[in-house]
Amino acid sequence: MGSLFRSEEMTLCQLFLQSEAAYACVSELGELGLVQFRDLNPDVNAFQRKFVNEVRRCDEMERKLRFLEKEIKKDGIPMLDTGDNPDAPVPREMIDLEATFEKLENEMKEVNGNTEALKRNYLELTELKHILRKTQTFFEEAEIHHVQAMHDPSLTEENFGLLGEESQRSGQALRLGFVAGVIVREKIPAFERMLWRVCRGNVFLRQAEIDTPLEDPVTGDQVNKSVFIIFFQGEQLKSRVKKICEGFRATLYPCPETPAERREMAIGVMTRIEDLNTVLGQTQDHRHRVLVAAARNIKIWFIKVRKIKAIYHTLNMLNLDVTQKCLIAECWCPVQDLDRIQQALRRGTERSGSSVPSILNRMKTKEVPPTYNRNNKFTQGFQNIIDAYGISTYQEVNPAPWAIISFPFLFAVMFGDFGHGFIMFLVALYLVTREKQLQAMKINNEIFDMFFGGRYIILLMGLFSMYTGLIYNDVFSKSLKLFDSSWDPHDPQTFKPYVADTLKGSTSLQLDPNASFPKGGPYPFGLDPVWALSTNKITALNSFKMKISVIFGICQMFLGVMLSIVNHRFFKRKVNIYFEFIPQVIFLAAIFGYLVVEIFVKWIIFTWRDAGTAPNLLIGLIQMFLFQSDPKNLWYSGQVGFQTFLVILAVICIPWMLLIKPFYLRHQQKFGQYQYQEVPTGNLLDDSDGEEVVYHSDSERSHYDPEPEEFNFGDVFTHQCIHTIEYCLGCVSHTASYLRLWALSLAHAQLSEVLWNMVMRIALQIEGIAGAFVLAGVFAFWACATVIVLILMEGLSAFLHTLRLHWVEFNSKFYDGQGYKFHPFSFEDLSEYSIED
Amino acid sequence: MKCPICGPKLSICCSLLSIWGIVMLALLGVFYRIHSVALFEDLPITSEDWKKDNYTLSVIHDKYNQTAYNCFVAAGIYVLCFFFSCCQQRMGSKANYEMS
Repeated sequence: MGSLFRSEEMTLCQLFLQSEAAYACVSELGELGLVQFRDLNPDVNAFQRKFVNEVRRCDEMERKLRFLEKEIKKDGIPMLDTGDNPDAPVPREMIDLEATFEKLENEMKEVNGNTEALKRNYLELTELKHILRKTQTFFEEAEIHHVQAMHDPSLTEENFGLLGEESQRSGQALRLGFVAGVIVREKIPAFERMLWRVCRGNVFLRQAEIDTPLEDPVTGDQVNKSVFIIFFQGEQLKSRVKKICEGFRATLYPCPETPAERREMAIGVMTRIEDLNTVLGQTQDHRHRVLVAAARNIKIWFIKVRKIKAIYHTLNMLNLDVTQKCLIAECWCPVQDLDRIQQALRRGTERSGSSVPSILNRMKTKEVPPTYNRNNKFTQGFQNIIDAYGISTYQEVNPAPWAIISFPFLFAVMFGDFGHGFIMFLVALYLVTREKQLQAMKINNEIFDMFFGGRYIILLMGLFSMYTGLIYNDVFSKSLKLFDSSWDPHDPQTFKPYVADTLKGSTSLQLDPNASFPKGGPYPFGLDPVWALSTNKITALNSFKMKISVIFGICQMFLGVMLSIVNHRFFKRKVNIYFEFIPQVIFLAAIFGYLVVEIFVKWIIFTWRDAGTAPNLLIGLIQMFLFQSDPKNLWYSGQVGFQTFLVILAVICIPWMLLIKPFYLRHQQKFGQYQYQEVPTGNLLDDSDGEEVVYHSDSERSHYDPEPEEFNFGDVFTHQCIHTIEYCLGCVSHTASYLRLWALSLAHAQLSEVLWNMVMRIALQIEGIAGAFVLAGVFAFWACATVIVLILMEGLSAFLHTLRLHWVEFNSKFYDGQGYKFHPFSFEDLSEYSIED
Repeated sequence: MKCPICGPKLSICCSLLSIWGIVMLALLGVFYRIHSVALFEDLPITSEDWKKDNYTLSVIHDKYNQTAYNCFVAAGIYVLCFFFSCCQQRMGSKANYEMS
């Protein structure tokens, strides 16, 4: 049987790895990705495990790598991603890697520190340069003020009050002290106000803006600053001014008083700035070179470090057998792949140069193995949507292969529009043909990932929707006339084509098929296009869509019940076959199978001639249960008797399902034949590994032996009761639930029609050439609305409903879904081993 | 060339929309030309107007042809739109190439 029909047969194995070879063997198994290790040291703290030091070293290495990555990203250097998959390096190489990373990190830190210091120096020199430039003008103004003050009559009059020496002394005292500095521009108003208040207006501040923004050495931001100079008189004011400057974090610079000294200083500053620029440039170049060299290898290093870490995590799960100097591992693996695993072990032992071969030993256990479904890229999508409901129990029938067809088909029944299906198909086709490129791009957007993961599902959904669109004859809400219509309007009174008077006489006419249906046979494929122009299209189609919904529903439920017998036979549950499966089938067939047969017969036997007198199947079904009979709904002889028989048969099935199994099981238990139904783990032991030494250690202690369950009649009876009620009521309610296929297809068709009528029709009904331009604009709007509302929204809605139909209506007939997924140790997805979350 | 008006995503969306517009409007024009009955309700004529013309068929044929012409002109507009967005996309990708 193909491996998709049910999950793989798994076996619990013991691996005996030589201590030297352990690392290499685990590395090979990681590349293979077919083995799920069990943690043999669950009680041990993470810090007490054997290889905790190595894991710590790996974490350290990864931290250094992330620091380097951040620096590389800051500089905007592209990191080369060749898609190479390097092997996990040997432990010796780990030391080399550590040394390399250490060296790189130290170099980077040094360079960064130097750059910062240089930048700070550069900033100081630049500010000094600006100060020297601006203070030139300040001093000239101050001189003018000074001179003015000397010649100002009002001022000098005050001074004249004193004696001549005092005027000299006051002249000396008029000599202003000053401090010059640079401050952030935004702080200037507050700075000025503070100075005014503290110094009581006795200082004189001049400021000028520095045009170019300066770079802050620590953060790298561009800051606007201003030069200021404060003139004051006396020591007290000087100390106050200096304190205020400190408080506002203004940097003060020593500024020489004489213009000549200032000019000299300016020249010196310029040369120093130039030197600094050169040094800065060279430092940046060096840093860039180091980073470029690192960027070439960094992705590979990341992979290597993560692989090492993964291997050591796994090695931590193994047990050390002191007597044999080897490591023991327990793992789940598929039986089919035992050869490949042994080959991998052999390769690992060879690589590590150890002489003792590694041993693989199959163990027998009562534990339930994990569920492993071997999928390819096509079936993986469908398996995922089944697994989202619940992982199948070990070796249960897998619903996925059925879902590959039933899921897109039921979606298409609800979505049926050729145009929308075509667009969906094109989008999915793009995703599928460009898979490799899109996968290589590693887009991390969650929504895109969802659509990309389901690309094959969307492809099939689109394809099937095109088919149902042709059946419903719906292309963007318009009908296609592929063949000649089977309707030809003729007057039922005269059996001749309608006359002008008759047409003008009434607003709507009903076409009688007796007169207007000349061929007597239907349109060859799909729905007749004439229905698009009729006012009673919906009422006519309702009957059709409801009937097909019920047919599809009952067919799918029947399939579900049939799959349950496959399960029963595989797990050798004979009790279930006789006391559950058979009554279930009879119940379903007697009531709903009969309904389906009735529908088909009615379609075949009754023609348009009998349209008025055809029986109503729904009323007929209700009357069947109420044991009534209306002659209108009887259409074959012996119908009453046959229907009564079917109802009684169905009613008998209920106690059959409910009562017999619990009592039979109790009877069996009383007579000692009760067996706890365990899950078979297939053929095990001794026949396979001929050349390997079979080694039984004290491995039993690590297994969990479930106690054989006591037979509790009350539990079994209650369980059976629930199961029966669920099934019987479920049959009815689920059949009605399938009517959503009708409801959603109606909604979709109506929505599409409304969009056309309200949007496109407006544009098409504009006369003259202006209509063309309006049409161009309106088309864009209509197209966007079609994609967003009709394809995306309705598509998601139909997807959800189809999913519900599969999960509830289909799965409840046979699916157990109590398994756990097989999660092999593999290097494919290393993200769980990285230190970031 | 100078900086493009549309970004890369918008220009790709516009070119796809234009292709859809060209195909669909051209087909719509063809269907109007062959006087397809399904499009009868989308004609720029009301029942009163038709009554005035005494329900002649030639009026209807005229309306069909006129709307077909409109559809073809709109398809032509979308051809221009397609070229424009293709140019935008090429400019955008060139700018990216030059910068990096």
